[in-house]
Amino acid sequence: MVERLSRGPASVSELAQPLDMTLSAVVQHLAVLEASGLVRSEKVGRVRTCTIQPDRLQLAEQWIHARRTSWEKRLDRLGDFLAETEPKT
Amino acid sequence: MTQRSVVHATFVVERTYTATPARTFAAWADPKLKALWFPAAEEAGYEFDFREGGREYSVGTAEAGGPEFVFAVDYREIVPNERIVYAYYMDMGGVRISVSVATIEFHAKGAGTRMVVTEMGAFLDGHDTVAQREHGTNWLIDRLGESLNEVPAAT
Repeated sequence: MVERLSRGPASVSELAQPLDMTLSAVVQHLAVLEASGLVRSEKVGRVRTCTIQPDRLQLAEQWIHARRTSWEKRLDRLGDFLAETEPKT
Repeated sequence: MTQRSVVHATFVVERTYTATPARTFAAWADPKLKALWFPAAEEAGYEFDFREGGREYSVGTAEAGGPEFVFAVDYREIVPNERIVYAYYMDMGGVRISVSVATIEFHAKGAGTRMVVTEMGAFLDGHDTVAQREHGTNWLIDRLGESLNEVPAAT
């Protein structure tokens, strides 16, 4: 859904169409995305159009990237430590 | 006034070590062993109380003159040689930047260990110091997708 929206705005039914999900499940997913600020939607007449908020996506991206990098460094250090202290067999 | 916002995200980091699960777990559990690989253990004021309900606390700067970071852990579940679950928050320059749950699983793999770290976090108000930005990350979308797989019941 996020992938589709990153290509441009779409209506709820357009988002639901390629997915093997009920319309109400799609609406629930969108509610989660909207609550996280990643997606904004606007109702014009009977059509609700969804738009991705790129700055929010970038924030999540930066945050995960930073945390992953710090975990990777930490776990590599642990690996070095475990290798150095390997008991002789 | 601070613009309030929360981004939720989940990610997984895995490593396979030749060390046994018991030895890998001990590197997290034993203060003397942990001090040998965990950088924050060298900082003044470091606290480490490894038991359920115990706390780990460190304060330090990533670079000279940079903002002060606080890393505060509450150990919530400890299954020796198998699993550690803890909640933690991070502050940067006195401002809370995130609250997370981290799970560390130790799986026997041959004589060694496959260790899986999963972090589920709430990232607060867009505070961030990361200069490097990674663009076009499909993995982010995958991870976000995974974190969204559990949809709350409709109200």
